[in-house]
Amino acid sequence: MSGAEIDRLIQLLAKLPGLGPRSARRAVLYMLKRRDAFMLPLGEAIGEVASAILPCRICGNLDTTDPCPICADPTRDGGLVCVIEDVADLWAIERTSSYSGKYHVLGGILSALDGVRPEDLNIPRLVDRAAGGDVREVILAMNATVEGQSTAHYLTDRLAVTGVKVSRLAHGVPIGGELDYLDEGTLAAALKARRPF
Amino acid sequence: MDWTDQAIVLGARKQGEGSLIVTLLTRTQGRQRGLVRGGAKSRQRGAYEPGTLVTATWRARLEEHLGHLTIDPGTSYVAGLLDDPLRLGCLEAAVSLAELTLPEREPHPAAFDGLVRLLGHLDRDDGYAAAHLHWELELLTELGYGLDLTVCAVTGTTDDLAWVSPRTGRAVSRAAGFAYRDKLLTLPRLLGGQGREGSDIEDLLDGLTLTASFLERQALAPRGQGLPPARTRYVDRIGRLVAISRST
Repeated sequence: MSGAEIDRLIQLLAKLPGLGPRSARRAVLYMLKRRDAFMLPLGEAIGEVASAILPCRICGNLDTTDPCPICADPTRDGGLVCVIEDVADLWAIERTSSYSGKYHVLGGILSALDGVRPEDLNIPRLVDRAAGGDVREVILAMNATVEGQSTAHYLTDRLAVTGVKVSRLAHGVPIGGELDYLDEGTLAAALKARRPF
Repeated sequence: MDWTDQAIVLGARKQGEGSLIVTLLTRTQGRQRGLVRGGAKSRQRGAYEPGTLVTATWRARLEEHLGHLTIDPGTSYVAGLLDDPLRLGCLEAAVSLAELTLPEREPHPAAFDGLVRLLGHLDRDDGYAAAHLHWELELLTELGYGLDLTVCAVTGTTDDLAWVSPRTGRAVSRAAGFAYRDKLLTLPRLLGGQGREGSDIEDLLDGLTLTASFLERQALAPRGQGLPPARTRYVDRIGRLVAISRST
């Protein structure tokens, strides 16, 4: 139906999250019709990012500079380090505009099912940062899952030698959440973590 | 093909963008896997956390297919355990061991019932460590490597049983095993033995060392596997408590 190069492009695009073969074909058709206005700039942008992307040697964030803009920003509070599983979590917290500290990307969580062990994660660098003297609090922003919280407990043990305060995100009722629709686990956690009002 | 059964979630892995492949331990169908469409995006995501008791319906055109699962959430034990590293570690150790050792699609109702009892103990925070140890013994029996801890393999006595032979899995009395004590495993008080002098937590550690020895050698090593890391971390944590109890 189409040339081998176009088929290859469709196959590659179909591997992207949110796209299947049908939507990849539509995207390629869109690009073919807008070669100069869209396709060439997109190719250039992908090429530039691909050649410049690298992990930050301090926090593990992925960006085009090392250290990343967050680690290099002198206005951010270097005493607060938020530990997250993945770069996607960093972006999620940044979208809240409510955190002005720095980050540490673990690169995964301990998982019995996927065989992820402590040595597979960016933990030694976190302990070094916490022991460095500048950090006063480590916030463990792990998922409220068995694996996420097991990782958080493991990190708490590893960070104990540094004497740095360790905290974690609260679990409970989401904003706009109706109690009737909440699952039992979330409701139980919210009841357990209730506070004076 | 279809069935509906009580089940405990052992784990869930993302499949594609929105689906999950969920592993269950069912009462009458054994360890089963199936696809839950939209499970990763579902508001019931908590129902797929390990250790949750659910009612599962499995459907497939042929028995050998992966099949689709419909999960009706039941009792969730997880939320109450998230803040307690020891109880959470115990849960993770148990479910990861069940996932690793129990054969797929082979019913083991005793292992299921034992795990349900353990979940109850974890939820109530009473005697869960001992319940976990007994569950591991039940698991060994279910896998065909049951230990005989009631009578001395050498003399036939039922008194003063202090050790277990790592080769036969049978108890040995203190008098009969004294000469071989360096090669024998300690039979803890928790499992009806006389064990050795020490705190309850040391006794528990002896028990976990005993079950680990047989699980590793009999059930896992022949398949080229070792104990799951979650169990090792749980035992490490118990080991640290033993060190603290010895130093105080």
